[in-house]
Amino acid sequence: MIDIQSVSKSFVTRDADPVHALNAVSLEIYDNEFFTLLGPSGCGKTTLLRLIAGFEAPSSGAIRIAGSDVAALPPQKRPVNTVFQSYALFPHMSVAENVAFGLEMQNAPKALIDERVREALEMVRLEGFATRRPAQLSGGQQQRVAVARALAPKPSVLLLDEPLSALDLKLRKGMQSELKRLQRETGITFVLVTHDQEEALAMSDRIAVMRSGDVLQVGTPRDIYDNPQDRFVADFIGESNLLPGAALGRDPAKTIVVRPEHIVVSPVSDGAKGHATGAVSAITFLGSDTLYEVVLEEGAKLHSRSRGGSALATGDRVVVDWARHLERELAN
Amino acid sequence: MGPNRTWLLIAPAMLVIGVFMVLPLFLAVGYSFMTANPYGGVTAPATFDAYLQFLYQRDFDDSLVFSPSYALIILRSVYLAIATTIICLVLGLPVAWYIVCQTPERRRILLFAVTLPFWINTLIRTYCWILILRDEGLANGALRHAGIISDPLPLLYNDGSILLGLVYTFLPFMVLPIYSTLERIDPRLIEAAHDLYAGRAAVFRRIVWPLARPGALAGATLVFAPALGSFLAPDLLGGGKKLLIGSLIQMQFTSSRNWPFGAALSTVVTVVVLTVFVIRSRRVEEERR
Repeated sequence: MIDIQSVSKSFVTRDADPVHALNAVSLEIYDNEFFTLLGPSGCGKTTLLRLIAGFEAPSSGAIRIAGSDVAALPPQKRPVNTVFQSYALFPHMSVAENVAFGLEMQNAPKALIDERVREALEMVRLEGFATRRPAQLSGGQQQRVAVARALAPKPSVLLLDEPLSALDLKLRKGMQSELKRLQRETGITFVLVTHDQEEALAMSDRIAVMRSGDVLQVGTPRDIYDNPQDRFVADFIGESNLLPGAALGRDPAKTIVVRPEHIVVSPVSDGAKGHATGAVSAITFLGSDTLYEVVLEEGAKLHSRSRGGSALATGDRVVVDWARHLERELAN
Repeated sequence: MGPNRTWLLIAPAMLVIGVFMVLPLFLAVGYSFMTANPYGGVTAPATFDAYLQFLYQRDFDDSLVFSPSYALIILRSVYLAIATTIICLVLGLPVAWYIVCQTPERRRILLFAVTLPFWINTLIRTYCWILILRDEGLANGALRHAGIISDPLPLLYNDGSILLGLVYTFLPFMVLPIYSTLERIDPRLIEAAHDLYAGRAAVFRRIVWPLARPGALAGATLVFAPALGSFLAPDLLGGGKKLLIGSLIQMQFTSSRNWPFGAALSTVVTVVVLTVFVIRSRRVEEERR
């Protein structure tokens, strides 16, 4: 659906060197998938989204949407609609007028517009709000109007720029499954930009993890969680222990990545075998889980997360162990 | 803060408005119902003569004859003020838009440039237009040197030069309020409209103009009211050949020494302007609903 070929973008600033927002990024986004650009702020994910939408032009490289090069097309000529972070609803128009805007600009017949507006508002469960002004709606409702407005013209691709960041936690969880449902129902390709890895894991078919203008890894949520190919990815997605090889008596040029839930901590007195020994330095009770912080004899610190409570106390000497197939070895 | 203290905060503003606006207004209305003193000022008895004089002329035999000449002056003044307002709007909107699109530093410089004329006296600035427009002036001189004309164009002392003077004087009052509304428009709205297949013209018609309209209305008010009562540009650039209401009023208080008639004319102008305001604010309120 979207083919991004070694796209670079630099912004010229007045007094400093140009800022490189994207460094020859290549990506392929498939038909009918929920694709997420994930990364910390300043990683270039929003820039990439704006390049796809047409608000910015790439410094080099090519973007193809549905097979055709869109380099020369302004935003109004691209089969792409955007849900803005701030929603950007037209304040002087009613909800229905906002949703109808895209279709009106395409000169759709009046009957079709009315039908699509009704459909779109139904889809986001705002049937009774057609005549309201955006200012009369809550944040969550405005968000859904923004989604309805972008979906009403039935674009090939829907771009979502941190759409949930302004909502409180409970609304956010609700909207996550709503968006997922909308993507399934409409069959439109969704491209989501977020810095929230949990959101990305929960919603996406595939994720591209980005940092400082580079795409580090692309894959399914499970793939990225289980097989991080980069220290940054391992650290950014979920929680990870990044242990220097030396601390485990292995190749010092390697870093061993282990998820806290894969580490078993048992008292030395049990005579258990493991990868290393150390002492419990802190215990945090998390309800269903307990989090242990262990300082290894070689000085490295690791976290272990296990179900239920246990008899361990702070200061206890322990053996840490995990199944070798659950760890990942990365070059430093 | 108690109601008594709130009152104290408003008091200075109310005092200024009362002494410098409401009181003179009542004085003007009062004077308009008095008899003219041939040496200036007014005397008893109270009379409607000033208002009669507006529409009728007193003949030699003391009978009243309908004479539309003063009413025509008002009409012509209203027509010129409306033309000034429209021209200022057409010129001011793109200027304001251009300024908004600049970087913050350039905006500051350009806004300063817009307000720059305020630093020089209006009278002097208006005289400068005479130097530019007169037969031996800069404009005609340049055209003659360029070989485009041989005889000077009649640039001065007509409705065109009056209009030029009025637009020149009041344009900043249109640019500034429009600028302030345009500045508040979220650029994302324009991106969103483009994203939803709107071209440049549609973005202007459906997004920018509706959101800028309050500023344009404020600007229209700020231009129309003073343009209607202006007498500098009509006097100097119109050559005083055709009277406008501002000059007519000014004359009544100076050379003609007919204060009641001047006051009556002022009252009529005030009523015209207030009527326009009331209609306008009603409309704005209806739109809000």
